[in-house]
Amino acid sequence: MTPAEKTIGTVANYVDERIGAAGWVKKSLNKVFPDHWSFMLGEVCMYSFIILLLSGTFLTFWFDPSQRDVIYEGVYAPLKGLKMSAAYASTLDISFEVRGGLLMRQIHHWAANIFMAAIVAHLLRVFFTGAFRKPREFNWILGILLLTLGFVEGLFGYSLPDDLLSGTGLRITSAIIQAIPVVGTYISFFLFGGAFPGVGFIPRIFTLHVLLIPGAFLAVITIHVMLVWYQKHTQFPGVGRTEKNVVGHPILPVYMAKAGGFFFVVFGVIAFLSAIASINPIWLYGPYTPGQISAGSQPDWYMGWLDGLVRMAPPLETHAFGHTVSWNILIPALIVPGIVFTGMALYPFIESWITGDKREHHLLDRPRNVPNRTALGVMSVTFVMVALINGGNDIFATNFSLSINEIMWFSRIGIFVLPPLAFIITKRLCLSLQRADRDLLLHGTETGRLLRLPHGEFVEVHAPISAEKAFILQSHEQATSLEIEEVDSRGVRRPGSFKNKIQRRLSRAHAVAVPKVTDQELKEIEHH
Amino acid sequence: MSNELTPNENPVVQHEPRATDTNPKAEKRAEQQVAILFGLSALGSILLVYSYVFVTKDVFIFIPVMGNQNAQQLGIGIGMAMSLFFIGMAAIHWAKTLMSDTEVVNHRHEFRSSDQDREEFVQTVKQGVAGVQLGRRKLIKRSLGAAIGLFAVPPVLLLRDLGPLPKKQLETTNWKPGTRLVTDPGNRPILASDLEVGAVVQVLPAVENSDERPLSDIAKDPVLLIRLRPQDFQLTPEKFAMTHDGIIAFSKICSHMGCAVALYEQQTKHLLCPCHQSTFDVPRGAKVIFGPAARPLPQLDITVDSEGYLIARAAFSEPVGPSFWERNSQ
Repeated sequence: MTPAEKTIGTVANYVDERIGAAGWVKKSLNKVFPDHWSFMLGEVCMYSFIILLLSGTFLTFWFDPSQRDVIYEGVYAPLKGLKMSAAYASTLDISFEVRGGLLMRQIHHWAANIFMAAIVAHLLRVFFTGAFRKPREFNWILGILLLTLGFVEGLFGYSLPDDLLSGTGLRITSAIIQAIPVVGTYISFFLFGGAFPGVGFIPRIFTLHVLLIPGAFLAVITIHVMLVWYQKHTQFPGVGRTEKNVVGHPILPVYMAKAGGFFFVVFGVIAFLSAIASINPIWLYGPYTPGQISAGSQPDWYMGWLDGLVRMAPPLETHAFGHTVSWNILIPALIVPGIVFTGMALYPFIESWITGDKREHHLLDRPRNVPNRTALGVMSVTFVMVALINGGNDIFATNFSLSINEIMWFSRIGIFVLPPLAFIITKRLCLSLQRADRDLLLHGTETGRLLRLPHGEFVEVHAPISAEKAFILQSHEQATSLEIEEVDSRGVRRPGSFKNKIQRRLSRAHAVAVPKVTDQELKEIEHH
Repeated sequence: MSNELTPNENPVVQHEPRATDTNPKAEKRAEQQVAILFGLSALGSILLVYSYVFVTKDVFIFIPVMGNQNAQQLGIGIGMAMSLFFIGMAAIHWAKTLMSDTEVVNHRHEFRSSDQDREEFVQTVKQGVAGVQLGRRKLIKRSLGAAIGLFAVPPVLLLRDLGPLPKKQLETTNWKPGTRLVTDPGNRPILASDLEVGAVVQVLPAVENSDERPLSDIAKDPVLLIRLRPQDFQLTPEKFAMTHDGIIAFSKICSHMGCAVALYEQQTKHLLCPCHQSTFDVPRGAKVIFGPAARPLPQLDITVDSEGYLIARAAFSEPVGPSFWERNSQ
């Protein structure tokens, strides 16, 4: 035994005698993680969150979250002598007087953007591969919760510097709150500490931004990751991979080295971006005053689709009985996002109701094999993209010499027309891909070699595909629809037949698929 | 759940040995590559320390495409990026080329507990609940309900002092009959005769101490003065009477979500809000001609005082800014 081994042994013995850790640590170190590039999207989320905690802590050492008026006396000449809030002045100081301060600000902001982008990409991966199915519905809901928290945390974060751009964002936020019927005005006055912009909002959202919401994030992320650990990761179909096993590299050493290394890579890439690419240059915007605004005011990208919805809303207000209801704010800013997020959270349950499938699933779907779900996903993405384009309609109009009114009308019509169109096209594409898979199985790949037969006919030689690939193409289940009889055995209509009717319709639509290749077909083709 | 390892029983796919598994030269090369990557990371750390300590804040270097860059910020940033990135790359390269790459298999088990466990669980809960005797103790049950109901009140009530009640703050501004219009910025009164046709001026109500104007006043008081030719207007007689010699005054706070309506197009005489592109037609009394705003910008009734300076003849007849529940006018 080497001296190093002896030391480690002594420590391990000390710990194990007190908490009996050897058993479960051994098990944990042998834990297997399947490999796929798309499984790293969730890792990017977690790593950028850690980077946010580290860079954010650094920023709090200098940031002064106060709306008290100060006269700027720092080194940035264009703003010298101007009246501004202490929050804005201290952000300028971090940018210009703390060495590496601007870098840290940019790391924090870039990491936030990448955090949100990674969450969205991770969510799409989980959705399109069906990883949310039983037993992982809880984790899906926790994921939606994390996405929602991310929106709020991001909005609060970029509002803290109290510059002209973020102040404009808060003005809009306060208008949304005011639009809530009955209690809106009161909530707005309480949150802002008076009439907008009030005196208390920046210090209040600071506490939420650095304490309460990160605490909630930490708790939910911990449960999220522990559930992945406990339930074991899903895997893509492949030879040797079944619903009953999980194939991959054990934690020690390969996975740990790769995942640990990947954290440093993510951090390095964000640091590089922050070193060379300016983000949120608040000194160009100036301090916030409600009487001014800059043209082309834009929220961060993940808020852009909500702003786009608000922009395209029709000018609808109801005035009745001495009260005003602003549908032009309520519908795009609260009702539609509410429906979108609730729908997302409930989707696993809706799908399982449609398919009647209550089994556990650990093998992932190839998106083409579940055309309805894939089409629904693309439809939702299209919806958000149209809204996002409209959120940047002023930028598009000025950069591409387009008319802002035309972009707005394109979006107003497109938001209703394009998503269903995307659904139909995606569903057709999925079915075509299924057909291509079927052809590949039956006839093999095209080799590009032409043969001339003795009687003069030209044929292309097809080569059989590898057994491995054939297995993957055949591994999915043939979708079947749920058959619910409308009448029972005595010819009486079942109760709830309307609900059953919807379920049957949806189930049929969900089960549309190209028939899988049967053994008999394979045999027949061999005889040719 | 057990996690025993079993070798991957894979009838078809064989484990392909890597170059580093079979060729000692390749193995040596991979080892050197990992060392170089770690070395690059160390180099990055040194660059960071050097830039932090020895490069002063006012040095700018020219970099193609990026233009002039602050050398200190750039050195710290690139150094930090290198020091982090190459540690990661080294670890990954090490894992991929030199560490064992045989896949192993863990088994999954259904998550559902055994029937016996579930039965015992139900029994335990039932016993526990029975021990509480809530069904028999009606008095406790009712008082418990009352206590818990009241218990929820204090935490909500404690938030009451976050801010003042709205009162009439959203309905009123600092514009009163006779208030002079002063420029923002500048705080100078305006002679009607000084405004030429086509001029646009942002004004605020004159107050005693203009340096102490709270931001919440600047959030509702700003007004835009625009001078057109009187024959350009298409207004109702009442609205026309609120203008003065071709000068018309609108609240600058958007009736949609309260942004400053700052973009005025001379050619079309349209006011555009940069936030959500609501477009207001000035000659027609800031009527909404495009975008999500549902109401025209409120018009301020203006005239001149005895010295010829512009003043408000009356306060705004409706609340300015975005809508709210208590708003009681069309």
